[in-house]
Amino acid sequence: MGVLAYVAKRFGLYLAVLFIGLTITFMLPRLMPINPVDGYIGQIQSRANGTLTPEAIEEMRANLEVLYGLKGDILTQYFSYLKRVVIDFDFGPSFTYYPTEVSTMIVTALPWTLGLLLTSTMIAWLLGNMVGLVAGYFHKHKAASVLEFVGILLYPIPYYILAVTVLLLLAYIFPIFPLSPTFPVGEMTWAKVGMIIYNSLLPAITLVLAGFGWNILSMKALAVATTEEPYVTYARLKGASNWTRMTRYVFRNALLPQVTALALSLGMIFNGALLTEIIFSYPGIGLIMRTAATGGDYNVLYGAITLSILAVATAGLVIDLIYPLLDPRIRTK
Amino acid sequence: MSMDINNADPVALVVAPPVAGKPGRRKGGLLWLLNARLAVGLVILLVMGLGSFILPYFAPADPSVQATYMRNLPMSGVHWLGTNALGQDIFWFLVFAIKNSLMLGILVAVGVTIVATIVGLSAGYIGGAFERIVMLFVDTFITIPLLPILIILGALIRGNTSFFTVGLIIIIFGWAWDARTVRAMALSLREREFINMARFSGANTVDILAKDIFPYVSAYILVGFINTVLFAINTEATLAVIGLSKVEVPTLGSIIFWALSYNALFTGQYPWIVAPIVATVTLFLGLFLTSTGFNQAFASKRGVS
Repeated sequence: MGVLAYVAKRFGLYLAVLFIGLTITFMLPRLMPINPVDGYIGQIQSRANGTLTPEAIEEMRANLEVLYGLKGDILTQYFSYLKRVVIDFDFGPSFTYYPTEVSTMIVTALPWTLGLLLTSTMIAWLLGNMVGLVAGYFHKHKAASVLEFVGILLYPIPYYILAVTVLLLLAYIFPIFPLSPTFPVGEMTWAKVGMIIYNSLLPAITLVLAGFGWNILSMKALAVATTEEPYVTYARLKGASNWTRMTRYVFRNALLPQVTALALSLGMIFNGALLTEIIFSYPGIGLIMRTAATGGDYNVLYGAITLSILAVATAGLVIDLIYPLLDPRIRTK
Repeated sequence: MSMDINNADPVALVVAPPVAGKPGRRKGGLLWLLNARLAVGLVILLVMGLGSFILPYFAPADPSVQATYMRNLPMSGVHWLGTNALGQDIFWFLVFAIKNSLMLGILVAVGVTIVATIVGLSAGYIGGAFERIVMLFVDTFITIPLLPILIILGALIRGNTSFFTVGLIIIIFGWAWDARTVRAMALSLREREFINMARFSGANTVDILAKDIFPYVSAYILVGFINTVLFAINTEATLAVIGLSKVEVPTLGSIIFWALSYNALFTGQYPWIVAPIVATVTLFLGLFLTSTGFNQAFASKRGVS
């Protein structure tokens, strides 16, 4: 019963997050004083050097309004939007790369983002927690404060600064990595895979460094608090070794809030990944969004943001569903 | 919360309770540590804050105006950090950038703190269905990735926005983390003995709020405030770096945006890109040390008394 109630509650939150997120995405452009359709027509008009007739413009406006679901009153628009997005996963064609479907573009970029994001988040999380555990468990040693210092130094540095610094250090001053990465397309061979990994290392290093500091700090604080618990003292009196106490007694208990924190900070991690992609020209969702934002390609933007909300909410759900496996208290309650 | 993306609040959230629970066993050593942290943080903030707010009065020219000087001058006595490819003095641009970023950060933090305190306290004290609905929104706003939304907004209003609109948008999408923290605080305070004690001794609600709750809450609010300043500066800078904020206004992000778009790295103009990096890291370290320093100081004070 305990687990069922937990899963049901968590799933309800998931649906609510999706619903509110999609509603915000729907409302945003309609609350803005700017009409994307006017923007397009202006762009096309200037490309045609103002040779379009008023009739042609009217026709184009009507077409665009149908295309972007701007026909009818706001409720009709809203429901057809939800239907298109949720049921058909259809965002219409891209404006810049007409007639490529937005969903095709997103599906092509998604593996890139997921690959980079999952790998670097896992590494940052595992490494950060291990270092934090050691720093917290041995907090009475002088050497441990050095580890914490690394966290303090890394944590407050914004992603974009980390990215630019990593670029400056590892691609310019010590030219180990390429300044402008190349990502081969087409069929995968081992050579290409190697090239992709090599070119992805810089953004990955940035993301790992960024996640690392936070994990060190919070794990250290948790481990310090857990080390003071009576059951750890009891384990020591029982004769359990330092290693056993650190891993089986302190780590397992300090891990739980870290899992919750990971689920909560997914949105921010995702933001960081987008930014990193933009700065390193890595061909994921972030780069697509950036290109679409400068080109005024709103269909692509809405597709990418909807997918972002969906991805982050789903990842959070998955982590929270794994949680009962780690925390026996939820299972038995 | 944020773009930081990697923003500040989670640490405050996670770090605070264990530190508070730590008994003053190593009081001597710990006190020295926390004072040092806070002191270093405050000194950095004081120097950068005062410097960036006073120096602009002595600026020889508005640094955001392009082509004031010769382009790409090296570092010299006249131009301490040289000039950039747009003919702006890098040193003065940086000073104005720090000032604008700090101002934006403080304004946003005021807004966020007000919204978060009202939402968080009311949710925590009223409870029931109201709390559940409010917390659903809070959790949603925390879950939804902020950057994509900001990118869309940036694309929509670009060019037609003022610097303060950017701040307003950050407030609208940035209050949720703090509201969550405040609510957690309100929940725990509701159950505390000393609140009941005060109530039974005949203190009225205003007295309790002013004398018992506020001193307790103010510490957290102060820490949350500093973290929000960090978050806001970071968020605006992030938008600026990808060119979706008001990049004509000097901020810590826009200076990097211009440096990157003029390929300062390729042309070897190190000061243009290194100076803002150093300034940002120093400022953020100062803010972070101040916030965690306060956190520890308050925690140990509560522990001692």
